[in-house]
Amino acid sequence: MTMSKSPAEIFGYSFPDIRETQLLIVGGGPAGLSAALQALKLGLKVTLVESGLELGGQLVKQTHKFFGSSLERAGTRGFRIAQELIKELTPFKGSGQLEVYLSTTAIAVYPERIVLLSQLSGKVFPIKPKAMIIATGAQERMLPFPNNDLPGIYGAGGIQTLMNQYGVKPGKRALIVGAGNIGLIVAYQLLQAGVEVIAILEAMDRIGGWWVHAAKVRRYGVPILLKHTISRAIGKEKVEGAVIAEITPDGLKDKYQVECDLIGISVGLTPTVDLLRQANVKMKYVAFMGGFVPLRDREMRTSQSWIWVAGDSAGIEEASTAMIEGQIASTSVAKWLGYISEEEAKREIDQLWARLGYLREAEVSSKVRKGLEEVLVTWGG
Amino acid sequence: MWLEEHPILDFSSKRPKLVKFYFEGKEMWGYEGLPIAASLHANGIKVYRYSTRLNRPRGFFCAIGKCSSCFMVVDGVPNVRTCITPLREGMRIERQRGLGKIDLNLIQGEAGSDDNV
Ligand SMILES: Cc1cc2nc3c(=O)[nH]c(=O)nc-3n(C[C@H](O)[C@H](O)[C@H](O)COP(=O)(O)OP(=O)(O)OC[C@H]3O[C@@H](n4cnc5c(N)ncnc54)[C@H](O)[C@@H]3O)c2cc1C
Ligand code: FES
Repeated sequence: MTMSKSPAEIFGYSFPDIRETQLLIVGGGPAGLSAALQALKLGLKVTLVESGLELGGQLVKQTHKFFGSSLERAGTRGFRIAQELIKELTPFKGSGQLEVYLSTTAIAVYPERIVLLSQLSGKVFPIKPKAMIIATGAQERMLPFPNNDLPGIYGAGGIQTLMNQYGVKPGKRALIVGAGNIGLIVAYQLLQAGVEVIAILEAMDRIGGWWVHAAKVRRYGVPILLKHTISRAIGKEKVEGAVIAEITPDGLKDKYQVECDLIGISVGLTPTVDLLRQANVKMKYVAFMGGFVPLRDREMRTSQSWIWVAGDSAGIEEASTAMIEGQIASTSVAKWLGYISEEEAKREIDQLWARLGYLREAEVSSKVRKGLEEVLVTWGG
Repeated sequence: MWLEEHPILDFSSKRPKLVKFYFEGKEMWGYEGLPIAASLHANGIKVYRYSTRLNRPRGFFCAIGKCSSCFMVVDGVPNVRTCITPLREGMRIERQRGLGKIDLNLIQGEAGSDDNV
């Protein structure tokens, strides 16, 4: 893939007054927020852009207490972690060291180190950072089945946004497809919001998520059907029901027809890497990390020397590790821009890696560890 | 339907003001500042547009401005991502059929940093 054309080539003119900043952070989830905090503490001037209406990324939708270590705020409910991080950023806002743009999406990266920002109002403007950290998180996978486009069939994340962020009851009777952690947690959150959950379907012969989350929904009497999937949705203007099929060696066997006005699809996430691709960053397909992910060195730096990555956009993992990766990236940027010495940066990054190691010790992280072996590189020069 | 009671979450701070808006000419109420799609959903409206080729109903899907499923015509402007566009008093919201036509005169705005931090 080739690098995008320059704005001058595309628009026939160069942008008039291009805003400059030291560090541009794209994405205001746990990775982006932690990266911002670290960079600010080290003295950098930071511009943070977030396409959503509020900061926090996935965190603002999570009502459960997080796993991980207490250093990464485990035991705290997801949305509170977001509130805490945002509060820590506040003092830097007044000082002019931090600039935050909400409802603003980074839509293009140009070779001259120019990034195009698009605001909800329709305004598009360029910004020129010295360094950029991409922390754009992940997006949900979809499942192919007849009628999967009917209104009422949402990604698990969509359901969470509607329900936990905006307080809308997403339906009356739900069917969940996918018994990984996210499917299980969303099922539980639906129950908390007073929505009936008919069943959770899982194509594999075992539950993918953690037993604690499975136990919570089982306690409510929600069946988790292993080796089952949805074979089609029923409805005309919106979803009215679904056909559940058993997965057998001879293919799908329809077994039940159920009535429901909500179907939640939770079959995995894939890293959001559009900007990295545009920037011509070297990528690799690593199934263990959710799809195409950028090669990076130990400091989270990509093959483009001014671009770093952190969080789910570097490979699907957890908020806890996303926060550490954000700090590592900012420490590396600070070193590059001369805000801290080589030794200081090394000490800090070694410590952060020790915490990553601790978090990744668990058996559930074995995939991540394998994935990392494929993408962790040392850049020459 | 809006969630009023929740074992963990308190939505009151996110619902500063109930405002009137119009969906296909019909008067409805929603919360100012929350996405248009949220208020429509709470009012039982789940079909936001009809697809370009097969005319299939489309609702909201990703909820974070990434999939284009929720495009509607808002105050005459088509292709508005209603899942991330805040509701304002008096907005006129229409289901979109097909691609929609853009009147460039209607699109304008100023860059500005927000103060929500
Ligand atoms: C149901 C569920 C339960 C979870 N439970 C846990 C748990 O118990 N413990 C744990 O550690 N983790 C948990 N996680 C995982 C955790 O939420 C994610 O790993 C974490 O949020 C990743 O952080 P991030 O900052 O990389 O991405 P995100 O949180 O996804 O944030 C990315 C942000 O970038 C913004 N963005 C994207 N593209 C652009 C662009 N072009 N321009 C501007 N902004 C952009 C997005 O709007 C978003 O706000 C859970 C996740 C889910 C869905
Ligand atoms: S629902 Fe995906 S863009 Fe709005």
